[in-house]
Amino acid sequence: MTSLTSDEPLIIHMSDKETFEIELRGMSKKFGGLYANRDATLSVKKGEIHALVGENGAGKTTLMKLLYGMYRPDGGEMLLRSKQVRFDSPAGAIAARIGMVHQHFMLVKTLTVAENVVLGQEIVKAGIFLDSSLAEAETALLIKKFNLALDPKALAANLSVGEQQRLEILKILYRKADILILDEPTAVLTPQETAGLFAILKSLRDEGKTIVLITHKLKEVISISDSVTVMRQGRTVGSVKTAGTSESQLAQLMVGRPVVFEVGKKPLPAGELETRPAVLEISGLKARSTKGHYALDGFELVVKKGEIFGIAGVEGNGQSELIEIITGLKKPQAGTMKLNGELLGLANASPRLLFDKGVAHIPEDRHKRGLVLDYSVADNLVLGRHREKTFSRPALINFDAINDFAGKMTTAFNIQPQRFELPARSLSGGNQQKVVVAREFSRQPKLLIASQPTRGVDVGAIEFIHKKIIEARDAGCAVLLLSAELSEIMSLSDRIGVIYRGRVAGIFSSGEATEEQLGLLMMSGAEKRLKA
Amino acid sequence: MDALSQIFTLSLLTQTVRISVPYALAALGATISELGGVVNIGIEGIILTGAFCSVLGNYYSGNPWVGIAAGVAGGVAVALIHAVVSIKFRANQIISGLAINILAVGATKFFLKFFFHSSSNSGRISAFSKWDIPLISKIPLFGDLLSNPLILLAIFLVAAAYVFVYKTVFGLRLRAVGENPECADTLGINVFLTRYAAVLISGALAALGGVWLAYDQHQFTDGMSGGRGYIALTAMIFGKWNPLLAALAALFFGFAEAAQIQLQTMGLDIPVQFIQMIPYLLTIIVLAGTFSKAASPSADGVPYEKE
Repeated sequence: MTSLTSDEPLIIHMSDKETFEIELRGMSKKFGGLYANRDATLSVKKGEIHALVGENGAGKTTLMKLLYGMYRPDGGEMLLRSKQVRFDSPAGAIAARIGMVHQHFMLVKTLTVAENVVLGQEIVKAGIFLDSSLAEAETALLIKKFNLALDPKALAANLSVGEQQRLEILKILYRKADILILDEPTAVLTPQETAGLFAILKSLRDEGKTIVLITHKLKEVISISDSVTVMRQGRTVGSVKTAGTSESQLAQLMVGRPVVFEVGKKPLPAGELETRPAVLEISGLKARSTKGHYALDGFELVVKKGEIFGIAGVEGNGQSELIEIITGLKKPQAGTMKLNGELLGLANASPRLLFDKGVAHIPEDRHKRGLVLDYSVADNLVLGRHREKTFSRPALINFDAINDFAGKMTTAFNIQPQRFELPARSLSGGNQQKVVVAREFSRQPKLLIASQPTRGVDVGAIEFIHKKIIEARDAGCAVLLLSAELSEIMSLSDRIGVIYRGRVAGIFSSGEATEEQLGLLMMSGAEKRLKA
Repeated sequence: MDALSQIFTLSLLTQTVRISVPYALAALGATISELGGVVNIGIEGIILTGAFCSVLGNYYSGNPWVGIAAGVAGGVAVALIHAVVSIKFRANQIISGLAINILAVGATKFFLKFFFHSSSNSGRISAFSKWDIPLISKIPLFGDLLSNPLILLAIFLVAAAYVFVYKTVFGLRLRAVGENPECADTLGINVFLTRYAAVLISGALAALGGVWLAYDQHQFTDGMSGGRGYIALTAMIFGKWNPLLAALAALFFGFAEAAQIQLQTMGLDIPVQFIQMIPYLLTIIVLAGTFSKAASPSADGVPYEKE
């Protein structure tokens, strides 16, 4: 790791003679009383891939939404091709040939690929009618030209995530954009899909398009970008050529202090895992999804005491159903589940029963299942435990005990601000997640289901949560980890199982599988559909 | 067997069409509004307002066409209230619709008294003279019915609504706005204007349903919409938010009601009240059977807020 102790902005000045495609100067944007952007500056050259990196909440998306006309700036100026511009809506930005792929895809699921492409700039016949055949023909032409492998007549609802993303790019190209902004485009992609996307982006760059890539994955920045701008707390803190920088330097700029990438995890002694008792044993599990098909179709799994078992997979392959069954939220159609050797009647296994048996759950959506946002941090910390003797007197809540406990937890888990009487809603995403983690870990669970434990959480909190998960594992807790971040699965897990269409497609020991191998297993179906 | 042949008479068919028209028109209106993302249960009140305004216009001008125009104008005006409340002020659309339904009952009562000095019905209005269209009026069974300009308009509107929704640029944008308004917005489509247009169109269509009711009886009677707006909403759901299917569903409900009337005249040994329940029971059964499967537009009933 390079030693870079200075906290000063690091700007490698590019030659003054260079002209820029995009220049943002002193951009500011306030939401409520808080600055999302403050004096942010960005210069992007024509025909380059420019990475915009920073932690969650650093203001990357806000800055790009200012450029795209979705937000109006509170200060600063924007120059496009050396001319000052001002957009009151995306329509203006589109007219200036800027296109943006949002992190959450902006597609109309009920329309076809071609209809999504032309929407807003339709091809018209006889004044008011949609010329569908011409729209499809033109879409097909673009698909071929940019090698996007899509069917113009397919319904958007039936596209895989990778296909949806290519459709988003296609929409931009149809609008003749020569500046493309992509917001966290790889967050939902498998490694193979990511490679495919990057190939497309590189060929677009070679055609002279300018690309701004918002990301927090530094590996990607190094592999694809030509230059990088780093943001922290709404400000741009540095801008460098990719060739002259490193992951660790960028990470340090992002966080403002050196970051440890390696999670300090001791490997399990070889061969020891077999001798350990199983905490969770699942076999022959079948469960229907809400759509009616079998989301789990003969799922088998054994998680041993003191191991982290990671489940890798593309979203929608049965992960949600699996978690819901283990936590008692859903009843399966068939299959058995043993907890510490005890067979549970799954049909009667209520969430309460499983809770009492020591199953803890960090849910993938903390707003939906992890917290009651309008309750105080203290109340959230004892959610589900309120009935325990420690926290209750007969029929009444023991507030003294709860406050005492909350005080200890906010300190131990460094929940900021350390005022447990505040509503959970007022905390940042990372601190909200720490409340959930603190509650679940404080129960000293026997089995921990951690689903997307670090989603939408800043680097500092990620480090902390990872450390806590490993501590739990070292204390003998069995951990079932599900994450969309393959790197998270790979760095934390002792064993990794790939879930595909409701079954385990393969199990690897830690260090045995490469990212490519896992990715291939994760999307073997998606790949086939593409070629069809 | 004998009973069946007594039910399925020729008049049952024409009766079915006659009863279905207001259902179909209101269902078209509801469908277009909801495709754009605005739930409009106020169509019940709009039907009533449309009926009253058309009678007023017809009564004082003596011209049925002026009556139609007045009815549509009244319906659009009421729809505009719903549009402003639910699009501009982002109020709960169900509450706004309910308020409109209650308002329409009271307002029509008041103006009925004001203009016609009666609390039950208006004076009689002139109807359309028959259109003797060659060929069409010679069609057996339906010739008479098809000589009514209003029914021709209704049939045309069903087809037009379908084309409008699925074949025009506006229809594409309408569906986009009801499905993913944020996406439409980022593509430079004016979500608010599109939704206003959808709600106003729905007002015009539902009002025409009211016009039909009033013209059918040659007068306005107090509370004459009689829950038809709600049945139309059911037809919309049954028709999966497709104008053509919604119109067919309306025909189905019209048939149930026509059959119910027919059953009453047969002097069966069943209390009349039970027979009268048939269409509504059918509505409940149909809703229970289709609702879980029918996918409403994703942003249906969700006010759009620009960031």
